[in-house]
This record gives sequence, structure tokens and C-alpha cells, in this order.
Amino acid sequence: MPNKEKYDQVFIESFSLPADAAVAKLAYQSITEWDSVGHMGLIANLEEAFDIMMDMEDIIDFSDYKTGIETLKKYQIKI
Amino acid sequence: MSSKDTVKSVLDWPAFDMAASEKQKKLLGEMQRLTEMHMIACPPYQSVINKLYAPIENMDSLQDVPFIPVRLFKHQRLSSVPERDIIKTMTSSGTSGHKPSQIFLDKITAALQVKVLVKIVSSFLGSKRLPMLVIDCKATVADRKRFSARTAGILGFSIFSHNVEYALDEDMSLNEDRIKEFLSKHEGQDILLFGFTFIIWQNFLQELERRQLNLPLERGTLIHGGGWKKLVNEAVDNDEFKDRISKATGIQKVHNYYGMVEQTGSIFMECEEGYLHAPAWADILIRDPIDFKPLPIGEKGLVQLLSVIPHSYPGHCILSEDVGFIVGIDDCDCHRKGTYFKIEGRLEQAEVRGCSDSY
Repeated sequence: MPNKEKYDQVFIESFSLPADAAVAKLAYQSITEWDSVGHMGLIANLEEAFDIMMDMEDIIDFSDYKTGIETLKKYQIKI
Repeated sequence: MSSKDTVKSVLDWPAFDMAASEKQKKLLGEMQRLTEMHMIACPPYQSVINKLYAPIENMDSLQDVPFIPVRLFKHQRLSSVPERDIIKTMTSSGTSGHKPSQIFLDKITAALQVKVLVKIVSSFLGSKRLPMLVIDCKATVADRKRFSARTAGILGFSIFSHNVEYALDEDMSLNEDRIKEFLSKHEGQDILLFGFTFIIWQNFLQELERRQLNLPLERGTLIHGGGWKKLVNEAVDNDEFKDRISKATGIQKVHNYYGMVEQTGSIFMECEEGYLHAPAWADILIRDPIDFKPLPIGEKGLVQLLSVIPHSYPGHCILSEDVGFIVGIDDCDCHRKGTYFKIEGRLEQAEVRGCSDSY
């Protein structure tokens, strides 16, 4: 699966969204599912999907879909 | 400076390396700013402060910063932000029909909670994320409608982990198989254990002892908080707790922490010498329970807590119902600067307040 698809899929599955949800607009607290509980789930799923371990600062700063793409670059993952 | 810039510069403070004179200046500056901000933004707070302190004297030292009793959060809705800015409401579970405290969080406050917590705890754990065994059940974090101090604690500490497992089932019984599987998966690694003092005592330690089960956790670090009041009847103190934990699990590093749900994030961690430590972003003062005058080092009294975190509610300077005493400032043998202290229990006449250590 291409990385972009994988990345989107993690958001969809983490927040139980419909398959055609507009994930690119998602941000922390923009939907009820992406709260502090959902955040740790999202991080765990991303780490599993891309086989990485993020630094604490990156977890804290992972505030929306777009920021996440930049963050993953640090771990040699191109979306 | 805007609130946002101020928050950024506050986060640059070194967690445990700011001498008393510098801290007094910086923390006082934040206390003045927050007091003035909440006076304008939260009318019920303003009216309480005006009643208790009128006229407000100059805040020349931390002792002059007006404090409010922590139980005020139970009786009154204290918010300093418009409803639309509230992203989370935290509650401390009220006991026997009492109303719980309600704490309203906005984005700035919620972000500060996590960032300050990370800086404090990193001083004890390092910055590497560890496998974490939570001594609680998964349901505690799964239920979004009940966001308690326990939920906040587990979630807050999840950031220090990269692989989380829960030691207890939903009925709070110990799941031996799951623990063993987790431990064999992470054999030879440092492991973080986290939970609430009473739950660790009752549902973990006593259960291990009853089953005569020894866990291979020599490389574990246990961090626990939430209060000792439920253990008072069982006459367990910190030393015995550590002793028995170490016998049943081999864990040598046990850190209690002290804090209020009203000041989530800026916790006071127990150091290697057994004292609770104020980080740069928080401090305590001890006050006489009768006339509320500040007491010197070594004298027991009510614990007043200051924290730079609360922006969305006026919880930056509160008087608790806990009794404690300051052991010293800046000169602990663990080499961390700041106030270090001990908590002795709670004021006898105070109503028993359910905090995070109730179901």
C-alpha cells in the first residue's frame, strides 16, 4: 500500500471514520474522537503502520493531518 | 507578550535547575499575570478575591499571591474562557454525594499540562519511551464521558511509553497471564509501571502477595500518585509500600508523586532521597491552619500550591486540605533545586474528599 493511503487509513481506523472522510482537514480537537484519548491511539497506530518510534516532542506537536506529514519526514517516511 | 509567547518562554525554564532567587522572580511574574488575567476573565473568582483580600496588596513575594480554597471548585463553576474554547472538562470524583470538582480546559492549558509533565518526568525517566504496564483497567481511559484524574494520569503518562498494557481486568482483578505475556515480550528492557497508589496497593500488590507471585521487574520503575488517605486505615506508609513492592516485584525505583487535579501537569515527584520536589513551574507554601500565616521550613501546616499551568480557570494558587512541611529549598542530596517537602496527611476536620483514588 502506498504511504499516503496507509497514512489516511490510520486516521480512518483510529477515529472510526467512514472510508471517504476528508481526513486532510483533521486536527486535534476538531472531532470528538481526536481528543487526548484518541491522540495516543492515533500515535500508536501510526508507529505500528510505519514501524517507527516517535520522540515525545513530536507526539505532543502532532496537532493535525498536515503537521503529521512533516513529522513523519523526520523518520524517513514520505507521504 | 501575548499569552502564547509567554507560555512558550515559560516552557524554557529548566525543570530542576533554577535557584530560589531566580525562581521567586519568574514564578511571581507568572502568578501576578495569571491573577490579573483571572480577575478580569472570571467574575466569581474576582468576587471571592475581593471578599477575602480587599484591598489586594502588592504581590511582592509568592506569599502575597491571593489563594482560594481548593474546595471552591466543587461549589462553583470557575471558568476564565468562553464556553466555545473549552475542549475538555476534568472532574475529581466526588465521594458520598458530594459534588465533584470541575476543571475546564482550553487549548493553552491542556498543552501546558502535557508539556510541563514531560519536562518534569523526563528528569526521572530520561527521554526514551519505555514499555508501560498500567496498574489499572483499560476501561478507565476508554470512557470519554468520565474524564477523571485517573484518566488524565494514565493518558499523561502514556506519552512516556511506546507499548501500553493494562494489568487489571474491567472488574479490577489482576490478569496474571496478560502481565506475564507483557513481561516476556519485553524481557531485558527497562519498564515503566504506572498507577494510582491505592489501586496498586489493593488490586496489584496485595493480590501478588496472596497468590505468592513474584514478577521479574528488576528493571522496572514504578510511578504512582493519587493520595494515601485510603491507605491510612491499613497503616501503610511510603517506606512499607516500597519495601513490599520491591519484595514482590524486584522494583527498586519507586516514585510517588503529589499533585492536585486542579493543577494537573505540574506534579511534585518524589526523588531518590524520598522527598517530594517542586519543579520550576510550581511551588508550595505551608500555612497555619488557624490564621493562614505562612510557616517557616520544618513547621507543619496546610499546603498551598502554585502552578503556572491554569489559564482557563483560576487554579494557579490554591489552598489544599493537605498537611505537610517543607524540608528545605535548593539543597536536597538528589541535587535537584527547588522546594522539597513531605505530606503528612489531611486536616482532620476537613471533609474527606474523593480525588483520583476512588472508583
